[in-house]
Amino acid sequence: MTVPVDRRGWLRIAGALVLAGRGQRATAQQTAVVPPSRLRPIPGSGERIPAVGLGSWITFNVGRDAAARAQCAEVMRAFFAAGGRLIDCSPMYGSSQEVIGEGLRRIGAAQQVFAADKVWVAPASRGPAQIEASRALWGLPRFDLLQVHNLLAWQQHLPPLFEMRAAGRVRYVGVTTSEGRRLNEVEQIMRSQPIDFVQVTYSLADRRVEDRILPLARERGIAVIANRPFEQGDLLQVLQRHALPPVAAPLQCTSWAQFALKFVVSHPAVTCAIPATTRVDHVRENMAAGFGLWPDEAQRQLMRVQTEKML
Amino acid sequence: MTEWWTYRVRSFVLFSARTYERLIEAYNAELWPLQAVVWLAAVAALAWLARGPSAARDRLVLGGLAAAWSAVAWAFEYRRFAAINWAAGYAAMVFAAQAAALLWLALRSRVALRRGARIDRAGLAIAALGVAYPLLAPATGRPWTLAEVVGFMPAPTAIVTLGCLLRAKPARTPLLVVPIATCAFEGALAWALYGGRP
Repeated sequence: MTVPVDRRGWLRIAGALVLAGRGQRATAQQTAVVPPSRLRPIPGSGERIPAVGLGSWITFNVGRDAAARAQCAEVMRAFFAAGGRLIDCSPMYGSSQEVIGEGLRRIGAAQQVFAADKVWVAPASRGPAQIEASRALWGLPRFDLLQVHNLLAWQQHLPPLFEMRAAGRVRYVGVTTSEGRRLNEVEQIMRSQPIDFVQVTYSLADRRVEDRILPLARERGIAVIANRPFEQGDLLQVLQRHALPPVAAPLQCTSWAQFALKFVVSHPAVTCAIPATTRVDHVRENMAAGFGLWPDEAQRQLMRVQTEKML
Repeated sequence: MTEWWTYRVRSFVLFSARTYERLIEAYNAELWPLQAVVWLAAVAALAWLARGPSAARDRLVLGGLAAAWSAVAWAFEYRRFAAINWAAGYAAMVFAAQAAALLWLALRSRVALRRGARIDRAGLAIAALGVAYPLLAPATGRPWTLAEVVGFMPAPTAIVTLGCLLRAKPARTPLLVVPIATCAFEGALAWALYGGRP
């Protein structure tokens, strides 16, 4: 799939190449990585998806509010227009599944979406019924990815999910956790179960998964979805009290949101980050972080150091 | 739920403050001007409670509270709040049970809402706070469209019930559990939606 880099994105890439062409001394602040594609591979299959997806925790749970549902559809329209594909949801998220399904129908994006949902029920015998109800709400023939939400009854949920995968009724299987909970158990699952995806919290402020989970994901060929890249907005609220640090300029970050997202998606183990938003301008800004210049490891270190005292 | 100590109140709230407010605004708009009628009836009941003993009055007040809990269970929790909060369906069942218990109290028991001068005054003051609850919206800088009225929203209904049941003789302590839990939940919800930010 070709990612549509917009005019602004190409200008940014061209700007970086001009700097290099002038022979300017490469410093850690100027060196930037221009990856050949803004798509990240799913290790198990080689399928490539955009590095920035769309979360739906809270933002899409708007109930029967017609105006709010229409707004969610516009967020989705802007998301797909910017090349987005992966949308993540769960039965836990109230009316979010229904709102996503309505949005997909409204804008005709059923073919474009990489549908990632979750099973969140115990006992696990109720899983198939919940998955079918979720699928009906999305209005899709099948999910691309099904994840065991917050590891609830994972021992009982994973075998039937693997059977679904073998039968072609789902393409990928994964597990999720958030805010650093039960990482030991996540590691155990990654080592022992043939999962395709693991979803964990990863942000500038919460880097607990860097030590073991992310390296293990690379070693085991497991794709990583990073949730809460903005810590539900709290991270940006704290950072926005400060000016962007020096390392932001060579990375062409125009906002803290882009700074925070580029930090997350530039980790080599991360496949996709899923920031959530109710605003069209914010989703465009988020998607722009998946294009242009990404930090190399030296710049990532600078990003950590230059924001440490702010957090 | 393992590692329960890592969860905050906010972790359990599935919706934004804006979504919740729009829900209340739409609910109020749909039912207006019923709120004004019910509120005036609540003020009249308060004034009546402040007067001498009356078995008929006490039964009517308890019956009115039963109707209030039924209305909140059906019109708010089940028909509206459950659309964004799956736990509201369970709350509706609990509120319905509270309504049934209050109705039984009104019809079958010999309880009086008159216990002693000091506790009667305290109970009346608490009930008055519940009746005055709609003023919290403009007092906190929010529009009148977000006003919460007894018989329509859980918090004022719980507070008025607490005030009345504190006066109950003999005491009906088990019936205080749901109003107290409701007040605690509403306080936690307000904190999660509007407080606790960096």
